[in-house]
Amino acid sequence: MTASGAEAALFWVLAPLMVLAALGLLFARKAVHAAVCVMFVMVGLAILYVAQEAPFLGVVQVVVYTGAVMMLFLFVLMLVGVDSADSLTETIRGQRWLGVLLGLGLVVVLLGVIAQAAFPPAVGLAATEELTNPVALARVLLGDYVLAMEVVGVLLVTAALAGLVLTHRRRLSVRPTQRVLAAARVAALPQGSTLTPLPAPGVYAQNNAMDTPALGPDGEPLPHSVPRVLRIRGQERSATAVLAEEETLVARDDLRLLGVGPAADATVEQVGDPVATGTTDAGATDEGDEDGEVR
Amino acid sequence: MIPGVASDFSNDWLWVSLIKAVLIVVFLLTSVLFAIWFERKVVARMQVRPGPNWHGPFGLLQSLADAMKLLLKEDVNVTRADRIVYLLAPMISVFCALLVFAVIPFGPEVTIPFTDYSTPAQLTDFPVAVLYVLACASMGVYGIVLGGWSSGSTYPLLGSVRSTAQVISYELAMGLSLVSVFIMAGSMSTSQIVASQTSIWWFLPLLPAFVVYVISMIGETNRLPFDLPEAEGELVSGYMTEYSSMKFAWFFLAEYINMLNVSAVATTLFLGGWRAPWPLSAINDGMFNTGWWPVLWFLVKLWLVMFVFVWVRGTLLRLRYDQFMSFGWKVLIPVALVWVVVLSVFQYLGLAGVTRTQLITGVAVAAVVVIGLLWLWPDRKAKAADGAGPPGDARRPAGDFDAFADGFPVPPLPGQVLPPSPRARRHVMQAADVPGTSAAPDPAVDRSEETR
Repeated sequence: MTASGAEAALFWVLAPLMVLAALGLLFARKAVHAAVCVMFVMVGLAILYVAQEAPFLGVVQVVVYTGAVMMLFLFVLMLVGVDSADSLTETIRGQRWLGVLLGLGLVVVLLGVIAQAAFPPAVGLAATEELTNPVALARVLLGDYVLAMEVVGVLLVTAALAGLVLTHRRRLSVRPTQRVLAAARVAALPQGSTLTPLPAPGVYAQNNAMDTPALGPDGEPLPHSVPRVLRIRGQERSATAVLAEEETLVARDDLRLLGVGPAADATVEQVGDPVATGTTDAGATDEGDEDGEVR
Repeated sequence: MIPGVASDFSNDWLWVSLIKAVLIVVFLLTSVLFAIWFERKVVARMQVRPGPNWHGPFGLLQSLADAMKLLLKEDVNVTRADRIVYLLAPMISVFCALLVFAVIPFGPEVTIPFTDYSTPAQLTDFPVAVLYVLACASMGVYGIVLGGWSSGSTYPLLGSVRSTAQVISYELAMGLSLVSVFIMAGSMSTSQIVASQTSIWWFLPLLPAFVVYVISMIGETNRLPFDLPEAEGELVSGYMTEYSSMKFAWFFLAEYINMLNVSAVATTLFLGGWRAPWPLSAINDGMFNTGWWPVLWFLVKLWLVMFVFVWVRGTLLRLRYDQFMSFGWKVLIPVALVWVVVLSVFQYLGLAGVTRTQLITGVAVAAVVVIGLLWLWPDRKAKAADGAGPPGDARRPAGDFDAFADGFPVPPLPGQVLPPSPRARRHVMQAADVPGTSAAPDPAVDRSEETR
C-alpha cells in the first residue's frame, strides 16, 4: 500500500530530518543538545501519527512524552549540572565491545522484521472514523481492555507511592512556621537584633561600593551596613576618608567655577591649593561628630 | 466533513486555509500591541496615574513605538551562551504560541461579504483539538527552559528550572479542569464544545473547574502573582535576563500571545465561545448568534478574560515559591481531581436513567445528612479545652498585664485589660487644674513615660 502524494511528501521531508536528529542524540556532546534532538524526533513522530489518521495518539505523544517525560529529563539534567561532559573511560571491562555486539544484534533482528513485514490494506479504519478517533480508542481501552488498563493504573499508582516513600524523610523536630519565626525575631529585639533588613552600604556622590558604611539619620556611620566578611578582612573604608575625598573635589570644582581651574596661571594655582586643603581638613575633622552639617 | 466536529470545513480549499492562517497571525500580532497598551493603561488606572498617553490618541501607539525600539536595539550575544539553542529558544516560544489559535472558533459559518461563499470562522478543528492546545502549551515551555539554560548565566537557569516545575504542576490542574468540560460536552473538538453550550455556558454548572482553570491559566502563563520564573525582585528577569533586542521581543510576544491563547480557551470552553450572552441571544430568534455578530461576542469575552489577567496583576502580590508549589500540588490538583470524580459519578447516574429531580433531591438529602452529622459531631476542640487545654494556651497570661514586657510596648492579649493611660490622668488633672497653677511633678513623670 502506497501513501498518497501529500503524505508521501510529508514523510520524505520529515523522515530524513528525524534520522538526522536521532543521530544527533548519539553524537551530541552536551546532554541538552541530545535532549533537543529527542524532542525533535518525538514531535516528528507525532506529526507522522496524525498524518496516519491517529490524531489522538499524535497529540498525546506530544503532551505526555515531549511535554512531561522529556521535560522532566531536562529538569534533572539541569539540576545535576548539564555542563559536565560524560567521562569516556570504561567502568566495566569490555563494556564497549559488548555494547557494539548487542547493538549489531538488535540491528539484525530489526532488519529481519522489517524485511518480512507486509503492508496489507487497513482494516476497520472507516468504522473507527465514523465513531471519531478518541471515542473508538476509548471503546477499546475502557471496554475490551478495561482490566489491563486498571492493572496498569494500579501499577503506576504503586510506583508513584513508592517514589514518595523512598524519598520521604521523617522530620526530627517541628518545622518552624512563619509565625513562630516572626515571634522569635521580635523576642530577640532586646538582645540588639533588628526586625528590618540590615542597612545597605553607603551611597556617596563619588562612591557607591560595598566597602563604605552608610550614614545613619544622626550622621554617624553605621558599621554593620558593610558586609561582615569585608569587616573581618579589614577591607572596610571609613566614611571619613570618602567624604574627605569628595570635599576635595567639591573645593576644586568651586575654584574651577570661579575661573581659577587648572587652565589658569601658576600664581592662582598656588593661591587655590591651600584653600582646597583647608576645606578638606575641616571636612575630615568635622566629619566624625557633625557629619550632617558637612554633607 | 470531519466526524465528531461541528464545523464543516469541506468547502475550504488550501488557499482559504492559508488566508485564515495569515489573518490569525495578523490578529494575534495586533492584539498583542493592543494588549500591552491595555494592560499598561488599566494598571495605571488602578494605580491612579495616567499611563501611556503620549504616542497617538490615548497613547495607543505606545506599544508600536516600544516594538520599534526593540527592533532597533543592539542585539547582544552572550559569550558563554550556547549559540544554537540560544537562538532556537525564543523561536520555539513564539512558534508554539502562534499555533494555538488555529483551533479556536471565532464564530460559526460566516459568509464572505459580496460573495455567497461561506466558511467557518475557524482555521481547523479535529476531534482532539483541546488536547492539541495543551500540547502546544507544553511545547512552548521548552522555549523558556532552553532559553534559561543556554544563556550560560545563573539567574536565567534558576528562572528556567522554576518555570519547568511550575508549568508541569499547573498543567496537571489545567488538564484536569478541562476534563470536566470534556465529560459534559462529550467531545474534545472546540466547535463541538461551543455547540454544546447552546442552553447553558459551562462555567456555571462547572464552577469549581472554571475557578481551577482560571488560577492555573495564570500560573501557566507566568503572570503575576505566579511570575516566579521572571520575578524581577529575585531573578532580575529570569530566563530572559540575557536576551536583548528582537530575541527578547520574541519572548515578550510569546508571553502576550500565550495570555490571549489561554483567554481564548477559557472563552471557548467555559464562557460559551462565540455565543451571544443570554438576553441578547433570545432577541429575534437568535439573530445575534448568526452571521458576523458572534465574532464580536467572542472578542468581548476574550478581552474580559484579559482584563481579569490585568486586574489580578494590579491587585495581588507575588507568592513565595514554596507556597506556590504547595498550593498547586496540595490544593488545586486534589480539588480538580475530586471534582472530576464527582462529575463522572453524576454523569454516570444521569446515563443510568436517574432523572434530574431525583439527582437534586438525592444531593440535597445527602447535604442535609452531612451538615447534620457535622453539627452533632462531638467537638474535639471543646473536649480538649475541658482537659489540659492545647499547648498554645500555656503562654496566655492569666490576667496581669505588663504593658512593657521585655521593654517594648505590647497590646493586651484576649482576656487582659489595658491599665488606664498616664496621659489620660494628665488630661484629667489638667482639666481639673486652673491654667497657670503649678502642676510641676506630674508633667515630669508623663514626659518620662512618653519618651520611653
